[in-house]
Amino acid sequence: MSSSKSLLVGGYEVVIGFETHAQLATQSKIFSRAPTAFGAEPNTQACAVDLALPGTLPVMNRAAVELAIRLGLALGSHIAEQSVFARKNYFYPDLPKGYQISQFEIPVVQGGEVSFFLGDEKKTVRLVRAHLEEDAGKSLHEDFIGQSGIDLNRAGTPLLEIVTEPDIRSSAEAVAYAKELHKIVTWIGICDGNMQEGSFRCDANVSVRKPGAPLGTRREIKNLNSFKFMQQAIDYEVRWQIEQIEDGHAIQQATVLFDPDTGETRAMRTKEDAADYRYFPDPDLPPLVIARDWVDQVKAAMPELPRAMAERLVRDYGLPEYDATTLTQSPAMAAYFETAAQASGQAKLVSNWIMGEVSRRLNAEERDIAGVPVSAAQLAAVIGRIADGTVSNNAAKQVFDALWTGEGREVDAVIEAKGLKQMNDSGALEKIIDEVMAANAEMVEQFRAGKDKAFNALVGQAMKASKGKANPQQVNDLLRQKLG
Amino acid sequence: MSLTPSDIGRIANLARLELSGAQSETMRTQLNGFFDIVEQMNAVDTTGVEPLAHPTAVIDHVSLRLRPDVASEPNDREANQKSAPAVERGLFLVPKVIE
Amino acid sequence: MNDLHTLGVSELAAAIADKKTSSVEAAQHLLARAKQHSALGAYLSFNEGATLAQARAADARIAAGERTPLLGVPLAHKDIFVTKDFATTAGSKMLAGYQSPFDATVVQRLAAQGAVTLGKLNCDEFAMGGSNENSAFGAVHNPWDTTRVPGGSSGGSAVAVAARLAPAVTGTDTGGSIRQPASFCGITGIKPTYGRCSRYGMVAFASSLDQAGPMARSAADCAVLLSAMAGPDIDRDSTSLDHPAEDYTALLGQPREGATAAQPLKGLRIGLPKEFFGEGCAPDVLATVRAALAEYEKLGATLVEVSLPRTELSIPVYYIIAPAEASSNLSRFDGVKFGHRAAQYGDLTDMYKKSRSEGFGPEVQRRIMIGTYVLSHGYYDAYYLQAQKIRRLIAQDFQAAFAQCDLIAGPVAPTVAWKLGEKSNDPVANYLADIYTLSTSLAGLPGMSVPAGFGAGGLPVGLQLVGNHFQEGPLLQAAHAFQQATDWHTRAPQGY
Repeated sequence: MSSSKSLLVGGYEVVIGFETHAQLATQSKIFSRAPTAFGAEPNTQACAVDLALPGTLPVMNRAAVELAIRLGLALGSHIAEQSVFARKNYFYPDLPKGYQISQFEIPVVQGGEVSFFLGDEKKTVRLVRAHLEEDAGKSLHEDFIGQSGIDLNRAGTPLLEIVTEPDIRSSAEAVAYAKELHKIVTWIGICDGNMQEGSFRCDANVSVRKPGAPLGTRREIKNLNSFKFMQQAIDYEVRWQIEQIEDGHAIQQATVLFDPDTGETRAMRTKEDAADYRYFPDPDLPPLVIARDWVDQVKAAMPELPRAMAERLVRDYGLPEYDATTLTQSPAMAAYFETAAQASGQAKLVSNWIMGEVSRRLNAEERDIAGVPVSAAQLAAVIGRIADGTVSNNAAKQVFDALWTGEGREVDAVIEAKGLKQMNDSGALEKIIDEVMAANAEMVEQFRAGKDKAFNALVGQAMKASKGKANPQQVNDLLRQKLG
Repeated sequence: MSLTPSDIGRIANLARLELSGAQSETMRTQLNGFFDIVEQMNAVDTTGVEPLAHPTAVIDHVSLRLRPDVASEPNDREANQKSAPAVERGLFLVPKVIE
Repeated sequence: MNDLHTLGVSELAAAIADKKTSSVEAAQHLLARAKQHSALGAYLSFNEGATLAQARAADARIAAGERTPLLGVPLAHKDIFVTKDFATTAGSKMLAGYQSPFDATVVQRLAAQGAVTLGKLNCDEFAMGGSNENSAFGAVHNPWDTTRVPGGSSGGSAVAVAARLAPAVTGTDTGGSIRQPASFCGITGIKPTYGRCSRYGMVAFASSLDQAGPMARSAADCAVLLSAMAGPDIDRDSTSLDHPAEDYTALLGQPREGATAAQPLKGLRIGLPKEFFGEGCAPDVLATVRAALAEYEKLGATLVEVSLPRTELSIPVYYIIAPAEASSNLSRFDGVKFGHRAAQYGDLTDMYKKSRSEGFGPEVQRRIMIGTYVLSHGYYDAYYLQAQKIRRLIAQDFQAAFAQCDLIAGPVAPTVAWKLGEKSNDPVANYLADIYTLSTSLAGLPGMSVPAGFGAGGLPVGLQLVGNHFQEGPLLQAAHAFQQATDWHTRAPQGY
């Protein structure tokens, strides 16, 4: 498990387990042949099976199983050779059969783990299981007075419910976990990850306890569908629970919703007997058997996974783990890095630039790496010119800007046009340094008397005298030489 | 074993059935009568016996058939909603669901 | 032809094919007859326009030279099968007015062969019952004695055949619902191996037990229908077995291998479970069954005593499993997407409770309560799980018995048909009467009822024949051989 460093809140340890429902990217539903596309007119994608019309029966979608296998392989889980579908019985208008077909005692994916960085600390969250189930429909409340309108288009969409052990110890860690899981499911192509459309929905089970004490009663925050609100919601819930305990109230198990407008979590109407789902194996569905060679086939076709790729980047490019993890946030990002690193031979510099300049601009413009206006080759060229001393780091940023906005297309042309070439001529530089030393005799004295700060001041003067064009490294070296 | 009136109330609620006082009592008597004959099941030693969920599993290894992922059901909303008690703009109407 | 109703399936198909009559004429004749005998309560609904359209289409196919064993033959469907052109109620107020947008697979397959639908047949509500007194639309009357029950749940189906309102019909059997009414009404019926016929379009009662099957006046006619009905439904039913469709008429009239025409069943070992022949069975039924078995001996069969030790246990086991599955299957009836919704209600929960309580009859509510209870927290292991384990033991008992015999035989029910109202206040008494048919369903085996004679009060008694999995062919062969040598199956109730 993760490090022993706990992040206590008011003296309490925070314990969080996550349940994520990822909609699987299939064409048709898990048990029917209706389409799964988002945004259709109400009930135009709900066929007889989805509506639970009398006499209808479920028939399993092969692709949903294959995507579950893919996830299991990605997380190092055990893929069950035989797993069973069970009925979870309860009444709700968006649940047409009055039961959800899910998996209970024997899920398809068992165990596994998700590793990620929180700051520069590596964390690992263990999974209990991931199982296949069907999604429910939707209730619309706004347009009807005293009534709700039920749209069953979503009913029957395949879901993978991914459940962790209560290994998470802070809201920040929770968000980092969720982001990593999100990365993985989109990376391996099993889920489109569109949280606004409900493709990736998280529930957080939160409890607090004094260190060393047994687990506290947990409350479940449902439907955390944005990373931004996730942390806020968990923080509020933790503070609320602590306040309750400190005031002498016991925590009652409850399901809560986060209200982004008030920033508070609020218990849903308690449903008595809500917990008695009367699970039993679905007699309409024989056990799901997954043969070893199917798993092997899926494994052979899997893309290199983010964690494996990150390890490779560390090995092959000498990158720190942190960099490697950040660069493997998506296959496109990783490919961008590798292309630029190989073309320039400057892996660490490329990494710094991608994590810095590139990411900053992408985030500000709400763009994805797929739409990056500076190609990996162009980035490599810029970095090449830093490495060979043609331009300074600062000047390079100006070049990069020009490429990004489309002002220029070719690195050398931009350098030329903007006159950004560094002064590398030692003769010219020496001349400047001599002048600076002469003009700043006091600083020279101070340095020789032991004041190191004076050195930087002299460097600064030299840079100024060269209008920023001097190669800073060379200025440094020459100045040291001359100062003796 | 004997079902109590509160058992009957709890089960009826789980099953979304509404029984009057008299109906509840009748139901309780009938169910208790039924469960009397069920008691003989307890005496049967089933150690090591797997439940038989699918009857032909006794002779045939029954496993779940998988179909190709093709969205072939057309939009048949009108026919499917023919017998709906309350529909407006394609949505099934129900009393407001309070969360 | 004004005695069309006396013709069986094959005879009627031949008469239509030979242009002695037409499908339209046959349909009209039988529709008129159904109306004439509406007091029996066999039919729930008609759609004359649709029936005649189907009949005309069949006549056109015949005119074009096509021949199939069912082309133009009118038959009727138990109201458990959904049909596009006819109402479907499953015998319940819950589905009053329901219009299915699709046909059950079994209905489709019969229609593809050219069979014509006369209407939908009455049944116990959601197939739950053994007397057809649980229909929301009135009880069905046994034509042999209209003060008595026809059996259930396929009571309307059995009566339609017995009263010659249709040459053949479809029924469903979950714990005996084809076999028992067939026995009470003196007709032939078969429940095939579980998974042999598609359940797609059958309003679900107990998913691991329900099976569709034909009911007619002879094993030969049942064989014709079953050949069309059975076969894998890979696209729509995950429990439908991937076993190729068979021609069940192929073995009919053929002697067994090594047997002769005079003794066509030589070599056939018929197992008689001692538990079926004990004190629990009425003497008149036993006597009739034994007499029928003596005929089997004349045909060359040997009788062997076997044992099905858990016969009595099959009652609690079935009445735990079936209601458990039913309680879940019936949750979809919530007044939201289809079916009855109460006229007055408060909030959502109230809507559910009122709609369901108004829509479901007392027996259905009882079984939902039992099912909900045995699945509920704390009781699952002791009841549901235990029952499924004993179920395996029961299935194993049959395999042990089949090591010593080829077929198992015995009574279908402990008595002949009882009087309407006699058992309607005693649900448990009704359950106990299913003792001889439940274990066959639990084991998923094929079972038949064959008219064997008459018992007390001149009421019909059926002989039950049970085969191992996929043995429908040999079962029908054995039944047919009996029907070649006897004429019980040809008897009609007086006035019909």
